[in-house]
Amino acid sequence: MNAKQKKIAFMVLQYALLILAALVIIYPILYVIGISLMNSGEAASYPPHVIPHQMDLGNFKKAMDTAPLGHFMLNSLMVSLIVTFSQMVTASLAAYAFAFLEFPYKNTLFIVFLSTMMIPGESTLIPNYLTMRSLGWINTYQGLTLPFMATAFGTFLLRQFFLTLPKELFDAARIDGCGKFRFLWSIVLPLARPALGTLGVYSFITTWNQYLWPLLMTNDTNMRTVQIGIGMLQFQDATAWNVVMAGVVIILLPSLLVLILGQKQLIKGLTSGAVKG
Amino acid sequence: MLQKKSRRELLYAALYLSPSLLIFLIFVFYPMIKTFYLSLYLTNPHGDPVVWKGIQNYAKLIASEDFRKSLVASSLFILYTVPGTIMLALILAVMANVKLRGIGIFRMIFSSTIGVSVASAATIWMFLLAPGGNGMLNHFLNSLGFSNVSWLVTTQTALPAIALMTVWMGLGFNFIIIIGGLQSLPEDVYESARIDGANGWKQFWYITVPLLSPTLFFVIVVDTINAFQAFGQFNILTQGGPDRASNVIVYSIYQEAFVNSRFGPASAQAVILFLIILVLTLIQFRIGEKKVHYQ
Repeated sequence: MNAKQKKIAFMVLQYALLILAALVIIYPILYVIGISLMNSGEAASYPPHVIPHQMDLGNFKKAMDTAPLGHFMLNSLMVSLIVTFSQMVTASLAAYAFAFLEFPYKNTLFIVFLSTMMIPGESTLIPNYLTMRSLGWINTYQGLTLPFMATAFGTFLLRQFFLTLPKELFDAARIDGCGKFRFLWSIVLPLARPALGTLGVYSFITTWNQYLWPLLMTNDTNMRTVQIGIGMLQFQDATAWNVVMAGVVIILLPSLLVLILGQKQLIKGLTSGAVKG
Repeated sequence: MLQKKSRRELLYAALYLSPSLLIFLIFVFYPMIKTFYLSLYLTNPHGDPVVWKGIQNYAKLIASEDFRKSLVASSLFILYTVPGTIMLALILAVMANVKLRGIGIFRMIFSSTIGVSVASAATIWMFLLAPGGNGMLNHFLNSLGFSNVSWLVTTQTALPAIALMTVWMGLGFNFIIIIGGLQSLPEDVYESARIDGANGWKQFWYITVPLLSPTLFFVIVVDTINAFQAFGQFNILTQGGPDRASNVIVYSIYQEAFVNSRFGPASAQAVILFLIILVLTLIQFRIGEKKVHYQ
């Protein structure tokens, strides 16, 4: 084999391995999509297979009829949007103070922010639940969203980004008589769009996928989020796997869509935090 | 006393910090202290402390067979998930960190599980792990000549089966972080290694792994903490069973607090969870600082 043939052989091998790995990873998702398109006889047939012989879109309708998935989606969407928006606001404000302002106890306060990352949500779950219950906020949007409206991770992410902006920007704006808040609003935030995008995608997916808190916070079907609602499909009819899988496809779509659209930003943001942080 | 100027600065900064601080105060710091407080009492079903127990709640926990089982289940779960996820993600990242046509599609597929929620992942795997010959995993085993396994209802296999699902779910996040680390490695080190005649395998062990250690260290810490906090897959797939074999700590807290309404003993478990995660983070940072190669 000459050098060129070797190179081609190596490339073929690389592609073969990549395709194999991709198939293994995506297999469960492909399988779910396959099952969701099968009629119940085919879904339960032996041996199991992935590609449906006949397309049957009826499962999606059946899934929507069995449980109010549309309603659950709306709840999840509301909760995710409220949390994402709030986190972007609170984190931008805090990150701005840590990046641009000089004030006493700055380091201490920064450590206070970071220390919240060391406290697992499961350790604060019981008092938070009791607080919400005593306020009568079970089955409300404020109950589902308020505890997540601030984020140390997001503050840290934005601060790191703000620090890369030239300090002269701040001085120049001040000389021009630009107030501090206006500086944040009309100069820093537009420049920080990539970092805000990362935070947005991350917050949205994390909130959309939340499980334990919404499980505790809702007991009324009308207020359930999709992640909790998906369980309802199983208990309705244990054997109708094709309908359950149609439900799974429906709830997977939004987060996969956000992921595909925002993947570049997410990867950039998450890795910069991990690698430099 | 702070000077007038710095006091003004502090007040001004407080304007920007207060929204976050307020949320942290109400929903992180206050409840953490309240958890400590509740852990010393027995409560009524409303969660009001009624009987002072002091450290008895803790003493009982430590002596209890069930809690020991929970600690074992959580530790095994970490052991089953963390090393496997990181090794697989590292392999995927090395494979995908090349310049090939269409590599972007592979990277997207490898990172795709980051968008899959624990509820949908658990539902999907409930199906894949179905006990009869209809379950895909059993079907594969059958075609390799093995017999069926009742994955989720057998004491020995429930935890490994949930771990398998969790590894799959964690690959996306780990892949994203590790390939980010790979891409930030300096090209010139590899260049000189190639000139010195180091082959791909040697380059991987003597250059990539050491240089990547900060990133690997980061994912070890994050994965371990995540594994300790896992809940959804247990609630959906096994409810802690069979025979408490998968009754990990967070599931045990959930049962005790929200099913049995024993908020005091549940809080004691929550405090122990907090301490474990705290110690784990501190130890790992200590070791990490010594062993990790920083540029």
